[in-house]
Amino acid sequence: MISRPLITQRLTWLILALLTFFTLSILFFILGYITARGARVITPEFLFSLPERMGKEGGILPMIVATLYIAILALVVATPLGVGTAVYLSEYTRESFLTRIIRFGADALAGVPSIIFGLFGFILFVIRLRMGWSILAGSLTLAVMILPTIIRTSEEAIRAIPDQLREVSYSLGGTKSQTITRVVLPNALPGIVTGVILGLGRCVAETAAVIFTAGSSLRIPKSVLEPGRTMAVHFYILAREGLSMERAYGSAFLLILSILFINALAYILLFRFTRRLR
Amino acid sequence: MVEKIIAENLVITFDSKPILKNINLTIRAGEIFAIIGPAHSGKTTFLRAINRLIENTPGFVRTGSLLLDKRDVRQWDVDTLRRKVGLIFATPIPLPGTIFDNVAYGPRLKGIRNLRTLAEIVERSLRAAFLWDEVKDRLFSSALRLSGGQQQRLCIARTLAVDPEVVMMDEPCSGLDPISTAQIEQALRELKKDYTFILVTNNVKQAARISDRTAFFLGGELVELGPTTSIFTAPKDKRTDDYVSGRIG
Repeated sequence: MISRPLITQRLTWLILALLTFFTLSILFFILGYITARGARVITPEFLFSLPERMGKEGGILPMIVATLYIAILALVVATPLGVGTAVYLSEYTRESFLTRIIRFGADALAGVPSIIFGLFGFILFVIRLRMGWSILAGSLTLAVMILPTIIRTSEEAIRAIPDQLREVSYSLGGTKSQTITRVVLPNALPGIVTGVILGLGRCVAETAAVIFTAGSSLRIPKSVLEPGRTMAVHFYILAREGLSMERAYGSAFLLILSILFINALAYILLFRFTRRLR
Repeated sequence: MVEKIIAENLVITFDSKPILKNINLTIRAGEIFAIIGPAHSGKTTFLRAINRLIENTPGFVRTGSLLLDKRDVRQWDVDTLRRKVGLIFATPIPLPGTIFDNVAYGPRLKGIRNLRTLAEIVERSLRAAFLWDEVKDRLFSSALRLSGGQQQRLCIARTLAVDPEVVMMDEPCSGLDPISTAQIEQALRELKKDYTFILVTNNVKQAARISDRTAFFLGGELVELGPTTSIFTAPKDKRTDDYVSGRIG
């Protein structure tokens, strides 16, 4: 005779396990499908040569370069701005009307569809500031887009640092800025890095915001003022124009690989850093 | 007898509620001055008023005077003040990082970079806190892996590393076992010759064991102040008698 609580327990376990399995199977189906269709396209030649006939043949070197270029530049712009805002919100202000406005603004911004950012970037950076379709305009647009993510995750991470640690620093004669740079930020780093990685992932994967602002040139961008085509945009164009589904999946596969690689790398670096703190 | 800290007509309110009501007392250089009293009698606020940590929490208002070396604590440069008056918290709070980094934190804030100098300070401070022999082989492992008693002695070493003149302790043994407590009390007795101690404690017996003079706080008032022996053997106030003999608590 099995008791009722035990039956409930086992049933709950079964249902939760099935739900988890279902979620994971969707993920693995997508990954598997793209890998099956895209992996065989990846050859050294595909990675390191220029596209020919609009991408129907040849490689995707310019897209790799443009993606790296845009994503890194966007992070370089957005990270200091976002972390700075988070420090200001959590360490230098008390809860007030102003902080609520800033936070509400950041949350609202995080929910805006990326194509709106694309349009905004097109109007402001491309036209008004005369940057033209360029790496610079694209990365500034992406920087604006990922700013709320970086602000909110950094803010949460900073708020999670116990006040006692700050008081220890103060009571040893630390100034506010010393306390922030030596105690608060190093301990909040894992959270901050998580926010930055989320932002990086969105940059690498974004199409709508960059297609309007960085253009879709097939050449390797030589400066930040030249246009470029990111891997995600390349995938979109290849698929939509029906140029080459095979090469589209190749790009998609590479995109997924690079996001996996970025995440793994970031967590390894983070682990090496936080091991000293533990 | 040098007067180290003087409170005159000290009143502290928090959101207009009185926390300390007209405190008058003098703490002498080189003594262990114990403050006893039940929870919410204003003991911790008194310590945090001395090193001005209360200023970080909006809502505290202080009137009357509170002097360190004949000068109001508000007139001191706050970072200098906090180096002169160290504070040990009730629960040991190591900073995430190595043992070495913890002790070197204060000196590094002052701008000391030279590794040899830092190493000397770290060794001297850890020896003073009776922790050196237990950790000398693992200075670069995490401070969070030490036991509770070791962590609290680490916090004492960390405070000593900035050369304070006064060391305030806010119930430093409240979370510790009797052996760790004995080790910390032993350290206090040895350190007494070089520092002035203010020891806030809920543990009446601890005050009786190690302090020179004792003040009894109750509900924000200073009820009685005198040599520890007379507070415990012949208290003048009925309430002190009740508290030290355990009838109220």
